[in-house]
Amino acid sequence: MRTIISIGEITDEDKGRVGGKSFVSASLDSRGLKIPAGLCVTTDVYQRFIDEFGLRERIMMELSRKKLEDMRWEEIWDAALRIRTLFLKERIAPDLLRELIENLATAFGSRPVVVRSSAPGEDSELVSFAGLHDSFVNVSGAEAITEKIRLVWASLWSDRALLYRKELHLNVEESTIAVLIQELVLGEVSGVGFGRNPINDDQAVIEAVWGLNEGLVDGRVEPDRWILDRGSGRILSHIPARRSEAVFPGEQGTELRALEARLAEKAPLDGTGVESIFRMINPLEETLGSPPDFEWTLKDGELFVLQARPITTGRGEGDSEGKAWENPDRRPWYMSLQRNFDNLNVLRERIENEFIPEMEAETKRMAEVDMVQMTEDELLVEIESRERIRDRWNGIYWSEFIPFAHGIRLFGQVYNDAVRPDDPFEFMNLLDAGEAESLERNRMIEDLADIIRKNLVVKNRLEQGEEGGTSFERVLAEFMDKFGDLSCGVSQCTTGREGIISIASKMASSPPRPRRNAKTSDRLLQQYLAAFPEDQRQWATEVLELGQSSYRMRDEDNIHLARIEGQLLRALDENKRRHPGEENLPGILSKDAAGEKSQNHTTMKSQANGGKAERTEKLIVTPRQMVGQPASPGLARGPARVIKLTPDLSLVEAGEILVTDAIEPEMTFVVPLVAGIVERRGGMLIHGAIIAREYGLPCVTGIPDADKIIRDGEDITVDGFLGIVIIHNSR
Amino acid sequence: MKITSETERILRKLLTEQSLGALATSVQESPYVNLVAFAVSEDLRRIVFSTPRATRKFENLSTNHRAAMLVDSRSNSISDFHHAAAVTAIGPTDEITGAAYTKSRDLYVSRHPHLADFVDSPSSALFHLQVSIYILVRDFQRVDTITFDR
Repeated sequence: MRTIISIGEITDEDKGRVGGKSFVSASLDSRGLKIPAGLCVTTDVYQRFIDEFGLRERIMMELSRKKLEDMRWEEIWDAALRIRTLFLKERIAPDLLRELIENLATAFGSRPVVVRSSAPGEDSELVSFAGLHDSFVNVSGAEAITEKIRLVWASLWSDRALLYRKELHLNVEESTIAVLIQELVLGEVSGVGFGRNPINDDQAVIEAVWGLNEGLVDGRVEPDRWILDRGSGRILSHIPARRSEAVFPGEQGTELRALEARLAEKAPLDGTGVESIFRMINPLEETLGSPPDFEWTLKDGELFVLQARPITTGRGEGDSEGKAWENPDRRPWYMSLQRNFDNLNVLRERIENEFIPEMEAETKRMAEVDMVQMTEDELLVEIESRERIRDRWNGIYWSEFIPFAHGIRLFGQVYNDAVRPDDPFEFMNLLDAGEAESLERNRMIEDLADIIRKNLVVKNRLEQGEEGGTSFERVLAEFMDKFGDLSCGVSQCTTGREGIISIASKMASSPPRPRRNAKTSDRLLQQYLAAFPEDQRQWATEVLELGQSSYRMRDEDNIHLARIEGQLLRALDENKRRHPGEENLPGILSKDAAGEKSQNHTTMKSQANGGKAERTEKLIVTPRQMVGQPASPGLARGPARVIKLTPDLSLVEAGEILVTDAIEPEMTFVVPLVAGIVERRGGMLIHGAIIAREYGLPCVTGIPDADKIIRDGEDITVDGFLGIVIIHNSR
Repeated sequence: MKITSETERILRKLLTEQSLGALATSVQESPYVNLVAFAVSEDLRRIVFSTPRATRKFENLSTNHRAAMLVDSRSNSISDFHHAAAVTAIGPTDEITGAAYTKSRDLYVSRHPHLADFVDSPSSALFHLQVSIYILVRDFQRVDTITFDR
């Protein structure tokens, strides 16, 4: 059987194993349209690779920890990262490797190529996987191409691809992928064309940029745009671009460069050029059976079709405006989460220099308002205003802060590609360059605990309810000045100094819990930078800094958002104080409850509906061993402390296993006391997981209904290596 | 209305689709496991199986009534690790005699028609395991216990 086939040799019988993109290329080739020369590494090769050393089953075991439809998108991110590491680390069997290298070397020598995904079923009229799987432009040499083929295979299991399949209810287990490798055509002008304008059936659209079309496709380069009459090809309008940059080949890969003045002044196509591209639409449409969406490039007067697919009717693109995360079809939102380095840097600038200062100022302004002096009407206006402020920031949280979290992923991917570590989350050790606010707060509580630990007089005084002495009171005042009390942010600041003293005293009863050794981070940093050639280390450092900023923000955005929420609660409480016994203003608190749907900015849930076991008519099903995500390695056994309501935090004792729905950054002060963490919310980058790794505690996340299934005081084991929680008592 | 949970669905599927289970018996310090054909009652509370009287398992069960039976859906392929499920039923066993015999015998034979002669042989005995608890394992590591609301 031919497993690696040149485009010219592909027949109808090969359709299922060469994938959509390769098959269309072969069809265009047989019609005499000019396409770059190339070959297809069929799905058979992919199947051989994943079956050789058991990779197929490892992928399925990773994905069957939990049903895909029950996973949060962050959990899918994590699973995808683990799977990608499996692909990076997996050996290619020697005979398969030899076959690949020989075929690639014969076909391309050292000429640069483009390595693209070609998945069966992709790019049909109803389902488009455009942009979901990875492509690599300007790769040279058989070994380098083979490594990119490996990455294209891995991208079948990327978070975006998994989310997409989940949304379309496609069978994950049957997914497979071929890879199309074509010579890189270094066109002077490139672009895309639509045989039918998505918003007007009588029109066609052509877009063009100078250089390669990679920048157009990923949105970095604005194209010139022509609208044409679909029947006659007459140009109806030309919308020129602000031409300043274009994508050109670099030494490896591509680069975005400033455009020479003579090109910037001129449209990439003249009327004849537009017409020649329009003339391709008919043969493309005849080949595909419906109006095409195609990419092209123009080199030395010759027009190449780079790829073509039917215009998708079911993409739901109209939903990508506005609150895409609230639409029933979340595919546009998933796609928007993929941000490149440049885009993330712009986002970083805006978040650090615009949003965070603005949130701080907003909170300060609200905190200074004396609501006690307000009339009833003024208070109502103030509450409504605060509600609008809260809603606005919730929107920004989704549209800006969450996509910015991708900076961590980008760094993780760059780190894993360069270092290829055994632990796919090793990169997280490099993320906390600056001290996150919650860790700073924990450090100050530890300072207080240390004073108590070392000074019996202070300990005795505090036990008697007296002041703790000068140095203790000074640190305590500093703490309260900086953070309020322990409940600030979770709700209102109500626990006062007693809450802080109680936690510090409990911490003082056992030795301090060490945080991760800084030397580990230094060693990993050296290892990371050494994995890059000298001229790429600056870029590698910038990606790391972006990741660090993104990581810091995962903590801080929630704290700032909680403070704004706290100011709304303060106003509501003033109203409650004036009208004791009355319900809160309709519609406001209910929105807090609705916040749960956001998954990321959760409020703690009430104790209602706390079913322990699942009961059917006659059977009682009781979980004994639950599977979640291994979020921080380690093994611990102890009594469970289930946190359902804010006051439960004060009950936490040293050595207990913290079980909760979701650990918010404001809650993390209890973490140094506990022996392990179990959380309903899943993911490696949630606060519970981050802080558990920081303190070297075992942590399992993504246990559905953890706080309902596990009872206070129950004897449980947290296995942070395997992601398992075991309930021991009499079960 | 009958409520059927996902867990019960998996349990019922295992017990009705699989023909054989590994029966574990023990006497003093000697554990023993062997394969038996079985049938499960509609309410899942009883598992019926048959054994010749001259066997080691009969001897064991005559001395120690407590037994466990493992039923699983493995196909001896690599996908078992994420696809297969296994359940262990634990409880006391009794030989079925008297009025209850015919009903249990019919349940067994309807599931294993080819074993009618075997079960009807004067040298065979029909047993049931009265399930106190099921322990269901799936997704490689997920474990639930299932008991009856008595």
